[in-house]
Amino acid sequence: MTALLDNFWVLLALKVLIIAAVVPGVALVFIFAELKISAHMQSRIGPYFAGGRWGWAQPLADGIKFMQKEDLVPEDADRPVFKFAPMVVLMGTLAVFVIVPFSPKLIVRDLDIGVFYALAAGSVTTIGVLMAGWSSANKYSLMGGLRAAAQLIAYELPLVLAVVGVVIQAGTMSMNGIVVAQIEPVFHIGEVAIRLPFLLQGQVIGFAIFMIAALAELNRTPFDMPIAESELVMGYLTEYSGIRFTMFFLAEYAGMFSMSAIAATLFLGGYYLPGVPEGALDVLGPLILMAKVTLLVFIIIWLRWTFPRLREDQLQSLAWRWLIPLALANIAVTAVAKVVL
Amino acid sequence: MTDQHLLAMHHSEVQVSVELETPDVTLNLGPQHPSTHGVLRLIAKVDGEVINEVEPVIGYMHRGYEKLAEVRTYPQIVALVSRIDWVSGYASEVPLMVAVERLMDIVPPDRAQYIRLVLTEMARISSHLVFLSSYPLELGAPTPLMHALRERERILDLIEMVTGGRFHPNFNRVGGVKPAAGAGSNQKKVVQDLPEGFLGQTLAAIQDVVGVCDDMEDLVLGNEIFLERTKGVGIIPVDKALAYGVSGPNLRASGVRFDIRKTDDYLPYDGFDFDIPAGENGDCFDRYWVRLQEIREASKIIRQAVETMPSGDLQAKVPRIIKVPKGEVYVRAENPKGEMGYHVVSEGGRGPYRLKIRSASFSNLSVLPWLLKGQLVPDIIAILGSLDFVLGDVDR
Repeated sequence: MTALLDNFWVLLALKVLIIAAVVPGVALVFIFAELKISAHMQSRIGPYFAGGRWGWAQPLADGIKFMQKEDLVPEDADRPVFKFAPMVVLMGTLAVFVIVPFSPKLIVRDLDIGVFYALAAGSVTTIGVLMAGWSSANKYSLMGGLRAAAQLIAYELPLVLAVVGVVIQAGTMSMNGIVVAQIEPVFHIGEVAIRLPFLLQGQVIGFAIFMIAALAELNRTPFDMPIAESELVMGYLTEYSGIRFTMFFLAEYAGMFSMSAIAATLFLGGYYLPGVPEGALDVLGPLILMAKVTLLVFIIIWLRWTFPRLREDQLQSLAWRWLIPLALANIAVTAVAKVVL
Repeated sequence: MTDQHLLAMHHSEVQVSVELETPDVTLNLGPQHPSTHGVLRLIAKVDGEVINEVEPVIGYMHRGYEKLAEVRTYPQIVALVSRIDWVSGYASEVPLMVAVERLMDIVPPDRAQYIRLVLTEMARISSHLVFLSSYPLELGAPTPLMHALRERERILDLIEMVTGGRFHPNFNRVGGVKPAAGAGSNQKKVVQDLPEGFLGQTLAAIQDVVGVCDDMEDLVLGNEIFLERTKGVGIIPVDKALAYGVSGPNLRASGVRFDIRKTDDYLPYDGFDFDIPAGENGDCFDRYWVRLQEIREASKIIRQAVETMPSGDLQAKVPRIIKVPKGEVYVRAENPKGEMGYHVVSEGGRGPYRLKIRSASFSNLSVLPWLLKGQLVPDIIAILGSLDFVLGDVDR
């Protein structure tokens, strides 16, 4: 058994399988959470029929329904690009999970440039969105795709800059290294070592910018202009149906998962919780991380059902006039503090 | 080639190399689109996200009510006109009946007038609550919808209690309100009075409506993104509003304190104490704010009317067969959407020779091509929604 696991290819296949199974499963749970949370915010009941209690099987039923539907491709569409686009989006989203540390050992690959890789892989989804918008042969889709591209350019920058503060503080870009840096005691009160996540070590602004930019990256309200149902029908999703629509849908929630997991790792201490003995992290780590992820996903859902959407030019001015200068200032302050302290 | 030539060529090139001509994209919004309130079609010429020209195409909802009215008797027309603006169906019935009563020289009893007034104001609340709830939805916030529609349901229940219908009451008759079902004996017309407990339930319901107005003020008007999207967007200056015949809350949002309830006497509004809210800038925010305040004012009117509801008959004495003497009259009313008017021309028959319906939404919509020029695509929806029109009211 151990010998088998030592084989690189076997291990790789196993890891890929686990990610391919776990991530869509978690995404389904988040879809269900969104259905129920939004229902409670709007004094509705939400799904209650499928699966019996609480309608827990609603996302599954939706998924099965989508799979049964005809895979429509518009006549004028650029067929190969149209068909490939949802796969690019889903691949880009899933690829991020390579570097998410669920516990000290449960990580597909602890890359030295982990953070950098995550941001780069996450951006691939936008290419898929642009492909979808371009190939649909639909003006609404095209506008949605272009909006997504403009949004990516504007928000990739604050996202990266917000992370730089953490990287400076941790002194490493490896995701595991960043968690370990947050396990290091900051100071001692008597015998008790005080361990703080980076959020409480002064990265409040960085965290806020990261979450805002992540919302924009995920095309979630208040930054959902690429979809903007009331203006662009469904944006780049307009012409998609069936299984390909499901891929986009799954990618949206898997993206929420991955972004929240990165935010939790960078700013909230990842799989570590103060008070938990380090030996128990192998077992408890995934649970701790998932608890933090769930909290962040709840906030994302909460925002969606509270805010209207911004306008395209307002989104750009928010990014270029506020977030990027703030993020740069955050880097400067962090760097000075790192040297001085 | 000499330097002189090169220089000359350079100059000539500078002169011709104006900005690259890019053809406008024609974006066809509707008649099936998630946010056109029915079957409005907008042909927008857009340059990127900027709109150069918008042409509204209407008529998809044309049902020919003006023509249909010519071959029907007056009591039959009531059932038609409540379908003009289906969000506030009741309010459209009253001015027609007032017009017929004026031609016939009939004055309905006080109690009937008060019931008409209460139900008209309820229709106003129900129409404005639809706007308050659907407008944030068009800006991308789906939650206010549910909260406002929940209270609108209370108002619809009350209208149903009295009239038996939620959207199309068909409750007015010439000289008063509807006879009770099954009591149509020729000897004595028994008219249906308000159901038991109606007045008490009304007071409770409008209290909740005012409550949801407070909620909306917190949830929507206090929202930074909502302010960003609506303040200074889609400004209608007073002169443009008057030139295009904009009326109702849209006109008042531009700062004109004009309300037909105060100037005309189609219903006994002069005995009531209420204000006319007016905006300052005439932007989308003001149009939202004015409607929110109008719900409060309508609640005030309903409360006063319920507290001073007179007793007595519900129907004036009218001939068995309603024949209207020769003549013509124009009666207008302050409907939730704006000025609703009926021009009735009678040749002495049982139905009108000609019925011209002046609907508010049609005139309000006419300002759209001017208003949308040079705006951004996301603002199409913000401005379109803020005008609060109903396609049935536009096309008739």
